[in-house]
Amino acid sequence: MKKVYGSAGDALDGLLQDGMLIAAGGFGLCGIPELLLEAIKDSGVKNLTFASNNAGVDDFGIGVLLQTKQVTKMISSYVGENAEFMRQYLSGELELEFNPQGTLAERMRAGGAGIPGFYTKTGVGTVIAEGKDHRDFNGETYILEEGIFADLAIVKAWKADETGNLVFRKTARNFNAPAATCGKVCVVEVEEIVPTGSLDPDSIHLPGIYVHRIIQGQHEKRIEQRTVRQRETA
Amino acid sequence: MPWDRNQMAARAAQELQDGWYVNLGIGIPTLVSNYIPDGVEVTLQSENGMLGMGPFPFEGEEDADLINAGKQTITELPQTAYFDSAQSFAMIRGGKIAMAILGAMEVAENGDLANWMIPGKLVKGMGGAMDLVAGVGRVVVVMDHANKHGQSKVLKQCTLPLTGKAVVDRIITNLGVLDVVEGGLKLVELAEGVTEQDLRDLTEATLVD
Repeated sequence: MKKVYGSAGDALDGLLQDGMLIAAGGFGLCGIPELLLEAIKDSGVKNLTFASNNAGVDDFGIGVLLQTKQVTKMISSYVGENAEFMRQYLSGELELEFNPQGTLAERMRAGGAGIPGFYTKTGVGTVIAEGKDHRDFNGETYILEEGIFADLAIVKAWKADETGNLVFRKTARNFNAPAATCGKVCVVEVEEIVPTGSLDPDSIHLPGIYVHRIIQGQHEKRIEQRTVRQRETA
Repeated sequence: MPWDRNQMAARAAQELQDGWYVNLGIGIPTLVSNYIPDGVEVTLQSENGMLGMGPFPFEGEEDADLINAGKQTITELPQTAYFDSAQSFAMIRGGKIAMAILGAMEVAENGDLANWMIPGKLVKGMGGAMDLVAGVGRVVVVMDHANKHGQSKVLKQCTLPLTGKAVVDRIITNLGVLDVVEGGLKLVELAEGVTEQDLRDLTEATLVD
């Protein structure tokens, strides 16, 4: 079965529905599926829920879908970089479910692994624990968190082969791997599709079984906080 | 004279022990890496998926795929390893990280920590802070002793939503060092030129001997 598609729009064809839950990879603007997000904007699909660690910035990443009001709910750990997000949230237009970052990552991992719930001590004694099942194990209290089973996963990798085996690059791996696993369908954008057989099988970060559709494209890869140090002058 | 940001970071760096894996939060805690004592080797974890975090890159060598948890461009080291967010928090939740040094809005005398939101005002999110305080071996808070209105941030009870309950082990402020012990906080050390009375005046929490 052919997994390689010509464009982000082609790769999403037939997959988008109003009201769906989408898991997206990325941390800040690092390793975000920027081409697929743009194509989702162009599709006009509405009432989306995103499980994504962050919400992009005003004009990049998920931020572009906030501008067009295509998102009704975010499941995120940190949204501090997005003024439009803050405005929509404080005015009640946008629903927000804060998840601790590790809980969000594990909810995706668990969903992808067929695990509907797990106990964690993260958030015990905080608002995160309210209404959740509490249970003691070995004298410590844990709360029940649920796996995420997304309708669609959109992720960004560095390289893919034609069968969908993925290699990520540096800290751009982040949420991409767990997000990829928790979608009923997973669409991946990469910088380079290489011939099957040219990736070292021992160095595949995510096997192609999780990947259904792949596109190659040009990425802006915007830097959020450019920090440098001075060269010592001789 | 109370400690400045760099002096607080330098004091916090004295908490590090050779061989430890450590997570540094955003703000003053990030500065701690500038003051790691000679002979102490620590590996810095960045919760977005990296062990062995290096310094900022030289200009022109920034890599969009290589950032820290504060979204700043950084570099790798010979011992660097990358992994995904689920594995990153598995090692945090699993108690493999010896210590986290974090900033705070408020700390209470029982070790409660608030550092993620001000209702109706500041809604940014907890990021990885709740996982860190629940999972790591030791939690050290670095913050100013009082807010900009001169009100104590070292309280009997936190007023803001908690990041973690009874999770803080040690507090390093611009005035000194306090430990969370049975019944309240114990004074460990004063910043040079700060008197115990200065510190008591700005501490709402119970101080015990």
